[in-house]
Amino acid sequence: MALSYAVPNFLIERDESRCIDCQVCVRQCANEVHKFDEDDEKIVSDTMKCVNCHRCVVLCPTKALTVREFPLEFKKNGHWKSDDIKSIYIQAETGGVLLAGMGNDKPYPIYWDKMLINASQVTNPSIDPLREPMEIKTFLGRKPASLEIENGKLKTKLPPQLELEVPVMFSAMSFGSISLNAHKSLARAAREVGTFFNTGEGGLHRDLADFGDNCIVQVASGRFGVHQEYLDAGSAIEIKIGQGAKPGIGGHLPGEKVGPEVSQTRMIPEGSDAISPAPHHDIYSIEDLRQLIYSLKEATNYKKPVFVKIAAVHNVAAIASGIARAGADVIAIDGFRGGTGAAPLRTRDSVGIPIEFALAAVDTRLRQEGIRNQVSLVIGGSIRNSSDIVKAVALGADAVYIGTAALMALGCHLCQKCYTGKCNWGIATQDPRLVKRLNPEIGARRAANLLKAWKHEIKELLGGMGINALESLRGNRLMLRGIDLTEKELEILGIKAAGE
Amino acid sequence: MVTIDAKGVYYKELNEKVKEAISSGAEHIELINVNGQRYIGDGISASAKITIHGIPGNDMAAFMNGPTIEVFGNGQDAVGNTMNSGTIVIHGNAGDVTGYAMRGGEIFIKGNVGYRVGIHMKAYQDKVPVMVIGGKAGDFFAEYMAGGKIILLGLGCEGESVVGRYCATGLHGGTLYIRNNFEERYFGKEVQRDELTMEDKEFLKSYLTRFSDYFGYDKQEILGLDFIKFVPVGSRPYGNMYAKW
Repeated sequence: MALSYAVPNFLIERDESRCIDCQVCVRQCANEVHKFDEDDEKIVSDTMKCVNCHRCVVLCPTKALTVREFPLEFKKNGHWKSDDIKSIYIQAETGGVLLAGMGNDKPYPIYWDKMLINASQVTNPSIDPLREPMEIKTFLGRKPASLEIENGKLKTKLPPQLELEVPVMFSAMSFGSISLNAHKSLARAAREVGTFFNTGEGGLHRDLADFGDNCIVQVASGRFGVHQEYLDAGSAIEIKIGQGAKPGIGGHLPGEKVGPEVSQTRMIPEGSDAISPAPHHDIYSIEDLRQLIYSLKEATNYKKPVFVKIAAVHNVAAIASGIARAGADVIAIDGFRGGTGAAPLRTRDSVGIPIEFALAAVDTRLRQEGIRNQVSLVIGGSIRNSSDIVKAVALGADAVYIGTAALMALGCHLCQKCYTGKCNWGIATQDPRLVKRLNPEIGARRAANLLKAWKHEIKELLGGMGINALESLRGNRLMLRGIDLTEKELEILGIKAAGE
Repeated sequence: MVTIDAKGVYYKELNEKVKEAISSGAEHIELINVNGQRYIGDGISASAKITIHGIPGNDMAAFMNGPTIEVFGNGQDAVGNTMNSGTIVIHGNAGDVTGYAMRGGEIFIKGNVGYRVGIHMKAYQDKVPVMVIGGKAGDFFAEYMAGGKIILLGLGCEGESVVGRYCATGLHGGTLYIRNNFEERYFGKEVQRDELTMEDKEFLKSYLTRFSDYFGYDKQEILGLDFIKFVPVGSRPYGNMYAKW
């Protein structure tokens, strides 16, 4: 065999004075990094296989393990960074398209961190949400241009709406890309908190049939698991055009992940690749999109809001305008930081635009065209905490989707190896031994805790601004100021600079 | 039988009428003067029969689950889109993406079909969708096909290829039976020829008999046609193209 130039990415250090040879690390690592050497009677670790997922580090009872970056330094070069060099070695060896997991991890600017939130001082009172009413309930769906009231009652028939107790939903992640226990955790958490999880393009497992009131069912280009009962089961239907991690391309769920359960839920044979084409082949235009939106509305008797999810790309504002006019009730926009189970590295890291700009541009455009009320805006692909959410709402979002953050609540340590199917945290895997590591009750509790904590923080931030309803913050860009931004960036975000 | 005159009726209203008729127990609904109304039969789970006189619009029988639809006219684009079960008989041509992602049921088309027909057709357990096309197919026929069976007869297409370019590219499941009248270079590298088995012959006999009956062809003549069988090279056409980052 030819010499491989591969070097370890991580260095595993075992503090021998602490290690008690209990072999927890050996049993926990699906990548088979740790092995007990019978002859030497000690544990040895193969750093080449380590993905730095921290499973062994966290579970080691004596905290004897440390994983750090492998201190390999190529000769200093301002242009050829270590990742550039390593990727050439891998591709020269394999001839393969580089495959990565999760979202774009490159050090592009994070615009959430360049926006600051306002607070009340003297001229209007701030509000204390612990003791005063604060409304953050959110309705997603098309809103009529005007309301007719008759005898104190609403006469206008409202289009279907989703009711959210907290303006955060779990974004689309398919059963297949993540485990059934991960799906169960998110479904239960969504029910407990009063929000929604999203099936992704992988069907709705029969164990989750009861969660329809908290479920958005997705229809994507492969149409996996899409049938009448599925459409009827969800509270809303999402047409997935694209996702932030891989705009413009489709997906493959590799055959080895299509076991009996995934096969049954996607309604495809076991072991067969599940290929999602890049486009929906019945949608080549806004008019065609309208056709599918109304096809789904016809199939569900106009009772459910239809979402259209797109990736944030250059002309996102014009595209969103078309989607609104095509009859969508909700537009979901996924920024270039959005995660995925598997994406070609080059697409993940260099296609799409930051969600902050996309959101601001879309909200501005829809307002200019006088059609903002016709759609709700949901954004995802970067949300890390409650202040990101408050900033998103001030820029014009009705609600946000969280995917990566939700998985982190379940235990994800962002090692980015979702596509290997060996997730030691039981999330991005179909291996029953690994899946059972994620207890759906504990997972649900953790995911629900996260949303409850954020809900309270959102209320605190609103109160600080003297605002007692999230609705009053929507598109209220005066509540934001920019820092370290160019004139053009401020213009696109539609906000003033700090101090102005 | 319930007859509904579709002349000048907006699709939403027309489809409401069809659904009402079905929910009140009608077993056979006849639609006359249909002229481009979309979504007929869309999402209907029932065993009723719908007869259409005229030209139904796009997405006819999308997500359909059970009914039989017979069209005395042409079908437009996306007939049987993501359908689950039922039967569609079209006494004319059908447009682009006919049978897109259909998982079950049958579609019989007397004439030609447009581009990307049978794209991403799939099969699952006892559900094996079948499409029988009397004429020829446009480019990207059976692209990404993941399951099911398609018979392409190419009647009246002597001297020209019955399939267009990029036939069966990305195909990773299912079976194609194509009349021996095509250009080999039009086929993607993901399919290969295979011998017709007894099972194939029985299948062809059964569906070609029904095809002849629906459209008034001489059964013996149709059963006498020669077909080449195509099957996928593998179920994982893109299994080895990636390297782990």
